[in-house]
Amino acid sequence: MPINAADTAWVLISAAMVMLMTPGVAFFYGGMVRRKNYLSTLMMSFITLGLIGLLWVIYGYSLCFGADKWGIIGGLNFFGLQGVGQTPSTVYANTIPQLAFAAFQMMFAVITVALITGAVVERIKFSSLLVFSALWFTLVYCPVAHWVWGAGGWLNKMGFLDFAGGTVVHITAGVSALALAIILGPRKGYHEGERMDPSNIPMVLLGAGILWFGWFGFNAGSALTSGGLASSAFMTTYIAGAAGAVTWMILGWCYQRPSVLGVATGAVAGLATITPAAGYVQPIIGIPIGIAASLIGFYCMAFRSKKTRIDESLDVWAVHGMGGTFGTLAAGFFASLAINAGGRNGLFYGHSAQVLIQLAGIASVWAFAFAMTWGLGKLVDITMGLRVSPTEESVGLDISQHGERAYGGWMR
Amino acid sequence: MKKIEAIIREEKLESVKNLLEALGYHGMTITEVSGRGRQKGIPLKWGSKEYRLDFLPKLKIEVVVMDEDVSPAVNAIVRGARTGEMGDGKIFIIPIEDAVRVRTGDSGTAAV
Repeated sequence: MPINAADTAWVLISAAMVMLMTPGVAFFYGGMVRRKNYLSTLMMSFITLGLIGLLWVIYGYSLCFGADKWGIIGGLNFFGLQGVGQTPSTVYANTIPQLAFAAFQMMFAVITVALITGAVVERIKFSSLLVFSALWFTLVYCPVAHWVWGAGGWLNKMGFLDFAGGTVVHITAGVSALALAIILGPRKGYHEGERMDPSNIPMVLLGAGILWFGWFGFNAGSALTSGGLASSAFMTTYIAGAAGAVTWMILGWCYQRPSVLGVATGAVAGLATITPAAGYVQPIIGIPIGIAASLIGFYCMAFRSKKTRIDESLDVWAVHGMGGTFGTLAAGFFASLAINAGGRNGLFYGHSAQVLIQLAGIASVWAFAFAMTWGLGKLVDITMGLRVSPTEESVGLDISQHGERAYGGWMR
Repeated sequence: MKKIEAIIREEKLESVKNLLEALGYHGMTITEVSGRGRQKGIPLKWGSKEYRLDFLPKLKIEVVVMDEDVSPAVNAIVRGARTGEMGDGKIFIIPIEDAVRVRTGDSGTAAV
């Protein structure tokens, strides 16, 4: 097919918007930790733009979208981006240059790794996090992205629906966050009732705002064309973010006050949850999905913090893992060929088996992400140690890992 | 009348505050400070390089009490702030000449 200029422009802009989401995650998380760990938390997300970007162009794109091997991984035919050029791929997004597609997909890999870091803030050793991130990207992200989006991927062939990464991005990140937090153990003082107040809630809100903006690239960009489907996904995305923010505000009000932190979290929950369904469902369905996103996120967060002893510090599992899970399932109910002729009908449109397909995909990705992260986390822990020393933890990771302070120079 | 000035670890504020409150000492002033003790900060390693972090963030709590309350209040602070490691902090006790409550103009014991 010839290159379509409008499609290309939209996908390139979308890629740039999704790139900005990673600094968005950095601020969203950074503002939630104590001041002594502010920079280190920003750094954990920001560095993925470098590290994962490099791995992506060397072999990541190829493992995800290279010639299929047994339905589980891509081959190395695109190693070093060879053969990925200015002409469209014959398989993926055939109206835009393959380089635009590869760049767009790169931003997804980058942000997925950044999302996990919310679980391990304030105590993980930076060098170990880098090693874990590289391993995790290679052995968890790339296979799952191939299963779901790669031509010949086994979930793709089954007809599994994940429009923009509810499973590939949010379930993998959320479930892995939970596993890694369990291996790493709680922050010093977490069970002793020490206060772990957020250092900068305005930054959390700024981060959430950047994320919300970037999410139009994430979801509407995933149409990979600039026409009606992109517009539909755009509106659906906005609606779910809005419904998530308002629902979390109300929940906060019921129990205490409508907190700013809660509204920021609710918007992100709504956006994460609509991601897998954004290009398959009617825009107005964003309302029930957004409402459900915040209900699930809010109560999963309460469950995690009150009923378990797991210090999954910034609740990546509750918001992204459970949100992605529900959204992926919801696609199996609400998907309609009238919205996306390239998709499938869900249960409400006469194809009840779609729910089972979605459940099968969810269960396999949960199990795979949890088990692999457990293995990789243990491996890094045994070989180089995942945690900083207790002294380094007390002093804070900004000084102990990076030799800098967020504010006021050396003396803060 | 004495002022108790305690330099403690930031993370021990809650436990110190709760213990003081349990004894009926409600009023206190908190300041964020940086400082070091006899160990001149703490040694850290960056790779193979030894490095000394000499000023550490701490909190200063100031409480003014009657003379006879000094020892229970000090005990409460010690219990709340102690970890047994170096860097638990220090307590200074300073005589106070007088105190005045701004709202009423009361002075002396009545103002504390």
